[in-house]
Amino acid sequence: MEAIKTVGLTKKYKNLTAVDGLDLSVERGELFSLLGVNGAGKTTTIKMLSCLTKPTGGDAFLLGRSIARDAAEVKNIIGVSPQETAVAPGLTVKENLTLMCGVHGFSREKRQRKLEELTERFDLTEVLGRKAGKLSGGWQRRLSIAMALISEPEILFLDEPTLGLDVLARSDLWDIIRSMKGRITMILTTHYMEEAEALSDRIGIMKDGRLLALGTAESLKTQTGTEKFEEAFVAIVKGERQ
Amino acid sequence: MKLLAFSGRNVKEILRDPLTAAFSLGFPVILLLLMSAIQANVPVSLFEIATLTPGITVFGLSFMTLFSATLIAKDRETALLQRLYTTPLTAADFIFGYALPLLPISVAQGAVCYLVALLLGLPATVTVVYAVLFVLPVSLFFIALGLLFGSILSTKQVGGICGALLTTLTAWLSGAWFDLSLIGGAFQKIANLLPYVHAVALEKAVLAGNFAGIFPHIWWIMGYAAAAFAAAVLLFLRQMRRQ
Ligand SMILES: Nc1ncnc2c1ncn2[C@@H]1O[C@H](COP(=O)(O)OP(=O)(O)OP(=O)(O)O)[C@@H](O)[C@H]1O
Ligand SMILES: [Mg+2]
Repeated sequence: MEAIKTVGLTKKYKNLTAVDGLDLSVERGELFSLLGVNGAGKTTTIKMLSCLTKPTGGDAFLLGRSIARDAAEVKNIIGVSPQETAVAPGLTVKENLTLMCGVHGFSREKRQRKLEELTERFDLTEVLGRKAGKLSGGWQRRLSIAMALISEPEILFLDEPTLGLDVLARSDLWDIIRSMKGRITMILTTHYMEEAEALSDRIGIMKDGRLLALGTAESLKTQTGTEKFEEAFVAIVKGERQ
Repeated sequence: MKLLAFSGRNVKEILRDPLTAAFSLGFPVILLLLMSAIQANVPVSLFEIATLTPGITVFGLSFMTLFSATLIAKDRETALLQRLYTTPLTAADFIFGYALPLLPISVAQGAVCYLVALLLGLPATVTVVYAVLFVLPVSLFFIALGLLFGSILSTKQVGGICGALLTTLTAWLSGAWFDLSLIGGAFQKIANLLPYVHAVALEKAVLAGNFAGIFPHIWWIMGYAAAAFAAAVLLFLRQMRRQ
């Protein structure tokens, strides 16, 4: 069974079609990147897959569960790091992590274990007792991503996770993402082409809500006859425009 | 358990806001002290402590509307609520998670008001304890109103509508400051159709040990609380779907 399968997934806002009949399938353990210019429909796709917005057409199945009919079950197996940083500002870093354990119904032991694990992985020891709202943007971002991972999701959505991170933090996050490859299915969006190329198993390029191209970074380069992946991306997106 | 985790977070967010503590506890207490000071210096009976305290207690509860509305409106404007919508928390978890923490805060506020009143010479009888307990049904209405406004207004609008308008209306329409029959007419008629004056009447009756006197006021309060809660649930679910 695929981790994710979308069937004609569509989202219309009044007279704008944000996602237009998306047919996509992502294998278990795969890291799939969704690329596209601003407004291409990446975030809308992730919002539908994570049951935040209802599709206006089509359906999607996460490990066989429909986002339209089995939303409660889907929510048990996903983790989401939203495009905007999502932390509780008045709580400390530790309390934020504990909150996520709580809403997933973790036992005391499991909570303790996850807390230690995430603190270590995201280097949060120093800021553990500080209020999340008082941290710098990049640190809030790290916390926000850690909060998405704490539930041990089977499918993880990372919407522009490295936005606003410094070089070191980004490289750390790449390591973390790599370490999860194969175990967790990940959908990643990013505007950094080198990031997509370095991390992804496959890449889908979207524009105006539709999928223009799909394949490995290598195959997309071959397809467009370009040397660099960034050139391939530009060729694909521009090719559509002519 | 999931509900507990979420409501625990809400308690922290509310209580850690320094303005909350200042307004919810400080403001009613200052009013009590101020009014009593005025009373001490005028020959006529204007603000007797036994009639003043129920009014100020109810007035203090209007801050519960402000707190719950502010918290929800703020959460709606940040991505946090979106994140939580993707977790196993259910709609009921959200609604109760926002509403429940304010119940103990309301009772604590009522207790502080009556405690100060005792220091100012309110006779210490067991009815004071009952009066504090009857804050619970009254607070249901104010909390539900907060859920309702938090679901439809922005943080800024909440500040204006719940912070300025509603608290003022509560003060005027509840008869906390003056006897509404002094004004009479349409004003009194409207006031009698709203829950505020009934909330004060209820508290006054309980404090006076007049338990027959809680009717029909309690029905007004429960009716308004139920209606506000139903509307709040509908509007909350609507904004949840709209995400
Ligand atoms: N709630 C909404 N109401 C109306 N239109 C919306 C809404 N959300 C998104 N859109 C529109 O849908 C389109 C796709 O937006 P989306 O956020 O999915 O793009 P994106 O690919 O994530 O872009 P970015 O790279 O800028 O994050 C845009 O044209 C956007 O204006
Ligand atoms: Mg986006």
